[in-house]
Amino acid sequence: MQNESSDVLNEFQHGDAAAFEALFRLHQRTVCGWLLRIVRNHAAAEDLTVETFWRIHQAHARFEPSRGFEGWARRIATRAALDWLRTRRTECELPENLPAATTADPAMRAELRAKIALAFSRLPPKLRIAATLAVIEELPGKEVAEALGISIAAQKLRVFRALRLLRKDLQRQGITP
Amino acid sequence: MNEQEQDGMKKLLQQALPPIADDAEEQRDLWPAMLRCMDAKPAALPQSLSLWFDGALMAGIVGVVAVFPSSIPLLLYYL
Repeated sequence: MQNESSDVLNEFQHGDAAAFEALFRLHQRTVCGWLLRIVRNHAAAEDLTVETFWRIHQAHARFEPSRGFEGWARRIATRAALDWLRTRRTECELPENLPAATTADPAMRAELRAKIALAFSRLPPKLRIAATLAVIEELPGKEVAEALGISIAAQKLRVFRALRLLRKDLQRQGITP
Repeated sequence: MNEQEQDGMKKLLQQALPPIADDAEEQRDLWPAMLRCMDAKPAALPQSLSLWFDGALMAGIVGVVAVFPSSIPLLLYYL
């Protein structure tokens, strides 16, 4: 986690361009990485990083320096990613070209993986983001809840609903988890 | 769906869609793209101007409703 001086945060809140650039350079990689985890597409993650910082720039007056920059930026980034997922049509996007922390299970057939990925992409974006961060990325529930701007209980409920919908979709295709 | 079924679904999802590696994000400098975005998009209205605009819009709507009460259902429809 990057830290910035309170002076920079205060200057940013007052609309200082240099402070904004300093925060951009300090946090762009973290924000881009966060977005990549959600959208699983490099080009989209980069575009959304710029969009996120544009929103951050526009909302500088509402920023509270005492609450820190990273969490606030993460919430705005998550909202931008949610908007992006809502506007694009459902399609299968297997992250084959992305460096994965662990490789996909070789025992699982590519066809089955594709079906699961497609079913996952059909989930409502709100549920998909919660499941992506909590189940696939295995991030702590508190961190996911904060990024989504909801309670931990609501975050758990979204994950549960996502898994239930996914299970139903797979069962309709004759896949029994 | 019970807890065991949930765990099964989680495992299946993790096998199909592995997590993104920590070092997956690229190092490309996005500041030039940020500058282009800031040039292309209009700046937000200053807060005082925005408040003034909101007030004027509200006054206009109240005025229209006062003069033409029959416009209320139409207004509600579009809200």
